[in-house]
Amino acid sequence: MNFYTDNNDIAFQLQHPLMRKIVELKEKGFSDKGKVDYAPRDVDDALDSYDKVLEVLGEICGEVIAPNAESVDHDGPEVHDGRVTYARGTQRNHEALVQAGLYGMSLPRKFGGLNFSMVPYVMAAEIVSRADAGFANIWGLQDCAETIHEFAGEDIQQEFLPRINKGDTCSMDLTEPDAGSDLQAVMLRADWDEKKGMWLLNGVKRFITNGDAQIKLVLARSEEGTTDARGLSYFVYDKAWGGVRVRRIENKLGIKGSPTCELVFTNAPAKIVGDRRMGLIKYVMSLMNGARLGVGAQSVGLSEAAYREGLKYAHERAQFGKTIVNFPAVYELLAVIKAKLQASRALLYETSRFVDIYKAYNFVAEDRKLTPEERTECKEYQRLADVYTPLLKLFSSEYANQNAYDALQIHGGSGFMKEYPIERMYRDARILTIYEGTSQLQVVAAIRGVTTGAYLNRIREYEKTPVKGEHEQLKKILVAMTAQYEQAVQLVTDRNDTEYTDFHARRLVEMAGHIVMGYLLLLDAQRCGAFEQSAAIFITRGQAWNTGHFSFIEHFEPDHLAAYSVLKDAE
Amino acid sequence: MTTPLKVVVLAKQVPDTRNVGKNAMKEDGTVNRAALPAIFNPEDLNALEQALRLKDRYPGTTVHLLTMGPGRAADIIREGLFRGADGGVLLTDRKFAGADTLATSYALAQALRKLQPHIVIAGRQAIDGDTAQVGPQVAEKLGWPQVTYAEDIVSYDGKEMVVKRRLERGVETVAATLPLVVTVHASAPGCRPRHAKQLLKYKYAKTLSEIQETGADYDAELKNADYLRISEWGVADVGGEEAQFGLSGSPTKVKKIENIVFQAKESKKLAASDEDIDGLIKELMANHTIG
Ligand SMILES: Cc1cc2nc3c(=O)[nH]c(=O)nc-3n(C[C@H](O)[C@@H](O)[C@H](O)COP(=O)(O)OP(=O)(O)OC[C@H]3O[C@@H](n4cnc5c(N)ncnc54)[C@H](O)[C@@H]3O)c2cc1C
Ligand SMILES: Cc1cc2nc3c(=O)[nH]c(=O)nc-3n(C[C@H](O)[C@H](O)[C@H](O)COP(=O)(O)OP(=O)(O)OC[C@H]3O[C@@H](n4cnc5c(N)ncnc54)[C@H](O)[C@@H]3O)c2cc1C
Repeated sequence: MNFYTDNNDIAFQLQHPLMRKIVELKEKGFSDKGKVDYAPRDVDDALDSYDKVLEVLGEICGEVIAPNAESVDHDGPEVHDGRVTYARGTQRNHEALVQAGLYGMSLPRKFGGLNFSMVPYVMAAEIVSRADAGFANIWGLQDCAETIHEFAGEDIQQEFLPRINKGDTCSMDLTEPDAGSDLQAVMLRADWDEKKGMWLLNGVKRFITNGDAQIKLVLARSEEGTTDARGLSYFVYDKAWGGVRVRRIENKLGIKGSPTCELVFTNAPAKIVGDRRMGLIKYVMSLMNGARLGVGAQSVGLSEAAYREGLKYAHERAQFGKTIVNFPAVYELLAVIKAKLQASRALLYETSRFVDIYKAYNFVAEDRKLTPEERTECKEYQRLADVYTPLLKLFSSEYANQNAYDALQIHGGSGFMKEYPIERMYRDARILTIYEGTSQLQVVAAIRGVTTGAYLNRIREYEKTPVKGEHEQLKKILVAMTAQYEQAVQLVTDRNDTEYTDFHARRLVEMAGHIVMGYLLLLDAQRCGAFEQSAAIFITRGQAWNTGHFSFIEHFEPDHLAAYSVLKDAE
Repeated sequence: MTTPLKVVVLAKQVPDTRNVGKNAMKEDGTVNRAALPAIFNPEDLNALEQALRLKDRYPGTTVHLLTMGPGRAADIIREGLFRGADGGVLLTDRKFAGADTLATSYALAQALRKLQPHIVIAGRQAIDGDTAQVGPQVAEKLGWPQVTYAEDIVSYDGKEMVVKRRLERGVETVAATLPLVVTVHASAPGCRPRHAKQLLKYKYAKTLSEIQETGADYDAELKNADYLRISEWGVADVGGEEAQFGLSGSPTKVKKIENIVFQAKESKKLAASDEDIDGLIKELMANHTIG
C-alpha cells in the first residue's frame, strides 16, 4: 500500500498553477543548485522531487505506520521515573521516518532539511495522519523547528536545527492548569541567572504532547509582577540540560499513542528565542498558525481514512439481499462524507499556498530588499493566510468528526467494536476540534475575516474566474449564496452589539466557509472532472445550510437572546 | 577502530513472482517476464541492509552493488543508491545472456576480482531461479570462505567476522576470516527505506547507455557530478575466458517443463542414512529431475 500514489487528489494539488511561483520563491532562484547535491535544478525538477519524496513517505505510511496503528492505540506510551517511553509501534514509525530522512522537510538545506515548501510538507502531514492521526503529532511537532528558524538567533538555529533531521523530536509547551484557551494567564516563571548565563524555568505545564521531547519551546513569564501577554517570553530548552520531569501522562479517549504529559520544571535552564515580551504576541501566534495548519492536515487525513473505511464496509456488507451501499440512506452518507473531505482538502491546500507565498517572500527578504510590488503581495497573502487558517482549522476538524461519526454509522454494530479501525478513528477525531484552539476560539479569530470583508473580497476574486458552461448553474447558486451572506452580515453588524455579534459569529463564519469551499471545489472541477460530483453536492448542501442559518438570523429578535443567556445565572 | 570495509552486494532483478497474475506463464510454461513487474530480489534487500549496517557501524566503509542483467537492471543500482549505497556496477553484455548459475557466478566472480571487496553479501536465493547456488559458487570460484543463511552480521573485530545463521532447527553463530562471502536469509531484518536526500541526489544516476538513449550529451550530464555515473561492464571489462560466459558457459539444458500441482502426499520421509539418500538420488535421476 502506498498512501500517496493511491490518492490522486493529493497529487492534483501539486499541479496547481500557483505551485510554480511558490517553488521559484522557495528556491530563491535555485541558488543551492550545484552546491548541494540534492538541490533541484529548476521548477520541474523541484516538483518532481516533491512527488518522489511523497511516494517514499506514502509507502512508509501504508506499509509501516498504518499497520502499527492498532497496537499503538492499544499499548500506548508509558512513564517511568519521570521519562516517557513510546509504544513499540511508535518507536518503529519514528525510526522508519528518520531512516527515510523525513524529519525537517521544510528546513533549509544548510540545516539538513529538504527545503520543501509548505504544500508538500502539509501533504506529508495529511498522509501520515491518514495512517495514524495520533502519531502525526509526534512527527508534526517538527513545526517547532520552523519557529526556531524564523525567530531565533543564528547560534540557536545552529545548535538545534541540524538535530531535527537526525530524529530529535520537539514539544510545544504552552498550556497550564489555569491557562488553556487564555494563554495570557500563563504563570510558569522564567528568571535570568547571571552565574549560569541562562534563564531558569519553574512551574507546571499540562496537556503537553510529546512532553519528554529532546527540544522544547516553552512559553513563560519573564517579567515579574506582570499578569498579561506582555510579560511572556519564548524559550528553547534542551532535554540534556535537565530540570524537567514528566509527572504523569494522561489517560485519554483517543490519539492514545501520543503522550500527553504533565510537566514539572525545577530550575530548568533555557535560552530565550527572539525578543523578551514578544513570546505570546508574536512567536506563539506564529507557531499556533503553523500548528493549526497541521491540525487541518491531520483532520483531512483522518477524514480520508474514515471515508475509505466507510466505503469499503458499505460494499462488503449485505442486508435484505443486497450490499448496503445500494440503499439511498447509505450512499448519501458516503457522498456527503466525500464532499466534506474534498472540500476541506481544497481549503487545506489553498491556505497552505497562501502561507507558502508570504513565508517565502520573508525568506527572500533576508537576502535582498523586496520590490514595493513584492511587499504588497507578501502582505496580502499574509492577511489571507491569517483569515484562512482559523477557517480551515474549524471546518476540517468538525468535518473529520462528522465523517468519522457517519462512517462508523455505516458499519452498524461492527463500528462500535474494536475489530474495525473506524472505532479508533472516531475516538482519534475527537481531539481535533479542541487542541490548537477550540472551534469556538477559531470562530473568534475568523469573525474578523467576516467583519473586515476579507472573505468577501476573496470570494469576489473566485467569482471572476470563468467556469465551463455546464457549471454555470452551480456558480449561480454561489453568487446567490454570497448575496445572502452579505445580507446576513449586515443584519448582525447593524445591531452594533458585540454580544449579539459573538452569538451569531459561528453562523456567519460557517456561511462564509461554505461559499469559499464551494468555489474551491468548483474551480478544481474546471481542471479535473473528479471534483464535479463533490462540487455539486457541496454547493447544493451549502445552499441549504446557509439558508437555514440565514433564516435563523433573519427571524432572530434581540430579546430571543435572553432565552439562551439565562443559563449564565442558572447553576 | 577497525579499517573501513569494502562491501559488495550481489543483487538480482527478478520478475515479481509473488504477485502472479493470469498472464504470468507463457503457453510453453516459461515465465512471461513482460507481464510481471521487475523488482529487487527480496533477499537481496536483506543483504543490502546487512551491508548498510556495516557502513553505519564502521565509518569509512563503502557499499557497492553488483548486478548482472539487461540494461533496465540499472534500476537495481539506483534503488541501492536511494537506500544508502555508494555506487554500483551493472554487468551487461549480449555475451552474458543465457547464463545458468555456473556462468552467472563465473561472470560475477570475474567482476569481483576487479572490484576487490573485503566482503561480498548476496541474497540466499533469487525468487525466479530459486537455486540458491550463485552465492556459494561465487565463493568457490574466488576461493573464499562462505557463510550461508545469515540472519545477522554480529560483529567484526578487524580480523574475524561473527555471523548468526538461521537454520531449520535453530540458530548457529560462526566466525570467519575475510575476504568472505555471506548469503543472507529472509529472516534477517528488512531493508531500510529510501532516504529522501539520497533519492534526490541520485535520481538522475544513469548508465552510459541510458544517457545515450535519451540523446543527452554524456559529458554535459556528468559535469561536476561524477557520482551520477553508473558503471557498465561487459565481457571485455571483466576479462576471463569468453567461452565460460553466457549461454556457451552454461551446461544446464532445459529438457522439458511440466506443470505440476504440489500435493502434501507427495512428501517422503528419509532416514539420515547414506542408503536412503542414495535411493533418492537414483530415483530423481531415473525420472530425470536431476542429471
Ligand atoms: C528450473 C530452472 C531452469 C533454468 N533455466 C535456465 C535457462 O533456460 N537458461 C538459463 O540461462 N538459466 C536458466 N536457469 C538458471 C538461473 O535462472 C540463472 O539464470 C540465474 O542466473 C542464477 O540463478 P538463481 O536465479 O537461481 O540465483 P540464486 O542462486 O538463487 O541467487 C542467489 C543470490 O545470488 C545473487 N545473484 C544471482 N543472480 C545474480 C545476478 N544476475 N546478478 C547479481 N547477483 C545475482 C543474488 O544475491 C541472489 O540472491 C534455470 C534455473 C532453474 C532452476
Ligand atoms: C490531547 C491533548 C493534547 C494537547 N497538546 C498540547 C500541547 O502539545 N501543547 C500545549 O500547549 N497544549 C496542548 N493541549 C492543550 C489544548 O491546547 C487546550 O486543551 C485547549 O487550548 C483548550 O484549553 P482548555 O483545555 O483549558 O479549555 P478551556 O480554555 O477551559 O475551554 C473550555 C471551553 O470553553 C470554551 N471557551 C473558552 N474561551 C472561550 C471564548 N473566548 N469564547 C468562546 N468559547 C470559549 C472553549 O471553546 C471550550 O469549549 C493539548 C490538549 C489535549 C487534550
